[in-house]
Amino acid sequence: MRRIGIDVGGTNTDAVLLEDDRVAHAVKTPTTADVTTGIERALARLLEESRVDRRGIDVVMIGTTHFTNAVVQRRDLTPIAAIRIGLPASASLPPFVDWPPDLAALVRAEIVQLEGGHEYDARPIVPFDAAGMRRAARRIRERGLRAAGIASVFSPLNPSCEDQAAEILREECPDIAITRSHELGRIGLLERENATLLNACLVDLARRTTDAFTAALRRSGIVADLYITQNDGTVLRAGTALQFPVYSFASGPTNSMRGAAFLSRIDDAIVVDVGGTSADIGALRHGFPREANSVVEVGGVRTLFRMPDLLSLALGGGTLVEPEPLAVGPVSVGYQLTERGTVFGGSELTVTDIAVAAGLIDLGDRRRVAALPAALVKSAIARIHAMIEEGVDRMKTDASAVPLIAVGGGSFLVPERLAGISEVVRVPHQAVANAVGAAIAQVSGEVDQIFQDLPRDEALARARRLAEDRATSAGADPATLKVVEVEDLPLAYLPGNSLRTRVRVVGDITSLARGDSRSRAGERRDGDTP
Amino acid sequence: MSTRPVSLDEIESIAIGAWILGTGGGGSPYLALLNLRKLYADGKVVSLMDPADLADDDRVAVVSNMGAPLVGQERLTDPDTIARAVTMMEEIIGQRFRAIMSLEIGGGNALQPFMAAALLDRPVVDADCMGRAFPEAQMTSFAIHDLRMYPLTLVDVRNNAVIVARAESWKWMERLSRTACVAVGSIASTCKAPRTGQEVKECGILHSTSKALRIGRTVREARRAHRDPIEAVVESEGGLVLFRGKVNDVNRRTTEGFLRGTATLEGLDGDRARSFSLAFQNEFAVGWLDGRPRVMTPDLICLMDTVSGDAIGTETLRYGQRATVIALPAPPILTTPKGIEHVGPRAFGYDLDFRSVFAS
Repeated sequence: MRRIGIDVGGTNTDAVLLEDDRVAHAVKTPTTADVTTGIERALARLLEESRVDRRGIDVVMIGTTHFTNAVVQRRDLTPIAAIRIGLPASASLPPFVDWPPDLAALVRAEIVQLEGGHEYDARPIVPFDAAGMRRAARRIRERGLRAAGIASVFSPLNPSCEDQAAEILREECPDIAITRSHELGRIGLLERENATLLNACLVDLARRTTDAFTAALRRSGIVADLYITQNDGTVLRAGTALQFPVYSFASGPTNSMRGAAFLSRIDDAIVVDVGGTSADIGALRHGFPREANSVVEVGGVRTLFRMPDLLSLALGGGTLVEPEPLAVGPVSVGYQLTERGTVFGGSELTVTDIAVAAGLIDLGDRRRVAALPAALVKSAIARIHAMIEEGVDRMKTDASAVPLIAVGGGSFLVPERLAGISEVVRVPHQAVANAVGAAIAQVSGEVDQIFQDLPRDEALARARRLAEDRATSAGADPATLKVVEVEDLPLAYLPGNSLRTRVRVVGDITSLARGDSRSRAGERRDGDTP
Repeated sequence: MSTRPVSLDEIESIAIGAWILGTGGGGSPYLALLNLRKLYADGKVVSLMDPADLADDDRVAVVSNMGAPLVGQERLTDPDTIARAVTMMEEIIGQRFRAIMSLEIGGGNALQPFMAAALLDRPVVDADCMGRAFPEAQMTSFAIHDLRMYPLTLVDVRNNAVIVARAESWKWMERLSRTACVAVGSIASTCKAPRTGQEVKECGILHSTSKALRIGRTVREARRAHRDPIEAVVESEGGLVLFRGKVNDVNRRTTEGFLRGTATLEGLDGDRARSFSLAFQNEFAVGWLDGRPRVMTPDLICLMDTVSGDAIGTETLRYGQRATVIALPAPPILTTPKGIEHVGPRAFGYDLDFRSVFAS
């Protein structure tokens, strides 16, 4: 069983080769503007240095921050039609209502609001306005729009309005890319619609990026299936993933946390990933990142994505240090550390220079920092440690001491002892933990639905079966499926014992589980799930 | 104070304060706030009126959005429906409302009168009739004073409207209006029995809008100054921090159309090795420290995110949350013997004699 994990970050493209559960080889190369070249170089080095038979690669998983960066940096976004079905309900808060104005202006090409939608019990609010949809579709065709997002009231309970609208749109605009909100999940119209619209404006970029990944793979002579990693530590087949770029928004930090769990064999811990510009702190629960409690903003847009609960500190190896009065960050020289850092011959004082002076790590020319006042080095290190310690404490939800896994190129900044931490674990290959996390990703299926007039057990069982079906059709091996999340919430005021039920299952992808009895999923305790 | 314009920034603060006064219920004010941002962007400005400025024979509309908070996340609140409920009531009684007030200052309903007021160009009265949030119609200061409970208008986003012309009691009003609400999709805008200026002045909970504003401001100022927003609220409102911990169990069930259940917190910091249980019916009703009753309704029991100071609702309670339980004093009317009959622990099915956590 051989798998390759690749992480395409803003600065580096990392690749690892996993043979069964062992990291056989790892490489780090600079990311290139076209993405493809960087991946090809990383793959070429990985294959050459490890001398592996490229036809023996079973599966390739790529994680990327490309889509988040596009939203955050407002580039490569496609203008879209936003179609809301639910009038006369929700009329006063139209699509894009709480978006940052600059982002909305960039992508908002057409807003359509139509009668239709459903009640919580799946009765129609009013009949769907199919004629209005037809008129809107023709307008969209005349405008030459390439992507559309459709959101209907209570579509997670009854998707028929979204499906009908998509059908009409496709008849009029055969080539348009359509995102329907019920495919993206949860109750909460605005947040679900926001996710749908973000997804719609990224579909073009996702298609191009996935094509680039596929091309890079082909040119490298690898014939394995390609998967793209998701926010929650699982993967989707590239063909499906390119329809849902929003699902891979936070995959970078998720991958490094999953990688940390894999490399350390610890499933419950705090993970600190220190890069060049920032330190991401998260919590691992049963080998997966703990998810954020509620609303997550991406590029200023409110969403309800499955996102890891992360605390980002402006603290990395390239972070600038101001001696008088002492200040650490928030500005970083980032990937220019090796030119601008003092130990590398530059003139800026960075956190790395302080760490070299303190003897935490040996990099560059340590003589260049020999003249730094000892008191400055000492107080700067104390400040850095305090920042990490405070961040770690904020992410802990348990008073008892837990292990901390330190990963990333700047992990030398994590002190050996911290309050509330039982031990600081350092692992081999920690600098490529994110690529390792990509390589071990699993497939998931999720259900979030209201059940009425069913005993609780039966509602949960039904939700579980639906989630398992979804995981299986996403490529999971049914034999390895495992429930990782169950949540049920009786709904106030609704009649007939209404229960909102959310179930998520994960499993190894089919090709991975084949003949490999030592899969990670199999190692976890049964008691993991409620 | 008389009548003065309210800025959008003040409405942002009211939203934060009202969510805390919701004592776990009342629904997040976020969507109402979005509507108000739009109305203000269109040039609307709402005025806040001191109840003392009401003439005794003025008519006041009491409004609220009724239904399931979850439905409200899909069928988003709309100023037009709440305004229609008010207009319809004016048609029925043949009188024009001088001003509009909130049924409950806790949660999203704190902002409903502002939405109606923006469209109908009337002031909002600085008052409500709960001083917090409660689950049922008879749990108001107007009910405690035995005021008339009808008529009531209920409208939905379609062309549906219901008038409850008469009701035998406040509990019957609750039953009849709840049935209509469920029929139109478990969300509806309502205008309760009209009140006179005199009734509001004598039986309302006065200056509760200002209280929500003050609490919200306190939270925002504390955040800006990187101080603990919870401590700041407790200090400014004469409240008490009862417990700091982590949610380690949530058990919810729907009975008789309400969200009932318990949450247990495991102590952290100074409360290590202790545990705190909370019982709720939409809102938190009773809290036990290590098995002994520590705080009970009508004292306000608020659960707050220990780090952000945001209120946590009974529907959004989750395993693992780090939360702080605080108590805020209840409006005096609620702690009178008659008040306790309506909103004390026995009104929620707990066989406990009310004892305020603030009684030393």
